[in-house]
Amino acid sequence: MTTTVDPAVRAAGAATRVLRVTRTPRGAGGDGGGGDLARQHGRRGRSDGFEVPAGSARTTVLDALTWARTHLDPTLDVRHACYHASCGTCGVRTDGRAVLACVTRLADLPEGDITVEPLRNQALISDLVVDIEALYEGFDAVGMPLVRESRTVPGSRPAPGVEGLTRFEDCIECGLCVSVCPIEASDAAYEGPAVLAAAWRVVEEPRHADPERAFALVDGDQGAWRCHLATECTEVCPSGALPAEGIMHLRRGLLRHRFRVAFARLRVGANGAGEPGGTP
Amino acid sequence: MSTHPDTGRGADPRRRGIAGWFDPRGRRLGGWAFALNRLSGLGVLLYLYLHLVILSTLASGAGAWNDFVALASSPVVLAFDVVLLAGLLLHGLNGLRVTLMGFGLVTGHRNAMIVALVLIAALVALGGAARIFGMV
Repeated sequence: MTTTVDPAVRAAGAATRVLRVTRTPRGAGGDGGGGDLARQHGRRGRSDGFEVPAGSARTTVLDALTWARTHLDPTLDVRHACYHASCGTCGVRTDGRAVLACVTRLADLPEGDITVEPLRNQALISDLVVDIEALYEGFDAVGMPLVRESRTVPGSRPAPGVEGLTRFEDCIECGLCVSVCPIEASDAAYEGPAVLAAAWRVVEEPRHADPERAFALVDGDQGAWRCHLATECTEVCPSGALPAEGIMHLRRGLLRHRFRVAFARLRVGANGAGEPGGTP
Repeated sequence: MSTHPDTGRGADPRRRGIAGWFDPRGRRLGGWAFALNRLSGLGVLLYLYLHLVILSTLASGAGAWNDFVALASSPVVLAFDVVLLAGLLLHGLNGLRVTLMGFGLVTGHRNAMIVALVLIAALVALGGAARIFGMV
């Protein structure tokens, strides 16, 4: 295992930390291609060490990764955008824990080398970049609008001169919940905590979306009933979207929905016995 | 969402399968409760089959049954009884937790429920151990 060092940093005697980053070249991940590369490099990828400056208590894992990419190895693939936990694109695992790299400070991690790995349970594109297309397909399927009807956070006050706020959904679509879910680990067909929680938001606040469609999508063996309540999703969620609670609310909603449908059918049977095609 | 027929997306070889249930790295309390429920469930299932096998010794006559009873009175087997009791308690109480949360109840106290169920299981199992080994 090698560690890449910037001689200037070493000479300056600055405080440093070593990131042990799992590397996987493009085509060797789980994206269905690159079988030869996968055999060469193994499914787990190799681990490269990068010695990075850590003098500031505010230095984040994302700062360190982008510094390593800029100064030590331009082939290191890292995805990021906003640097403040809004875009949800920089999810990684540091020392085994799924986190947003942009708000995880090196100083808050245990002493010693820091392992940095890609999120689990999502196809790997390369290095620390996972394929989020499957997650987005799930969101599209449930049809969740992004803007909430309840426009303000409870207790918040718009700044002077601001007439109103646009409040987006709490979920930032980072996929950390998918990475930590044990059911996702063993069942690729499971719809997963992020999509199920999104379905609950459609039922709770349809905003012209179709709750019936959401119910139909999640009322199956691989839907809301597949969750086994490890609740790791809620614990790891960086934006308070509470996926586990959403799934439980969804189950209760599904039960009510089933009862409503059953009673409607009974009423039809009572009102128009022997008349198939009657309307509820 | 199911595996896409063209891209194979969803069939990620990086999924660890059953090993993913028990990976201790980064696991929080709810994850441990999940793993414990799986392990205790498998243990109880194994015991069920073992129990049927043991009962089948009755078909071999009184001698075979008496031999088993003598073996079952040994400290090692009695210790297994304590483990079985603990497993049953953990699985049952964990099931109660899952049921309550499944109805959307007490979701705000999910970690407190796990701590409580482990404490109750430990206390009752200790009491049971004392009883099984004839200390009380």
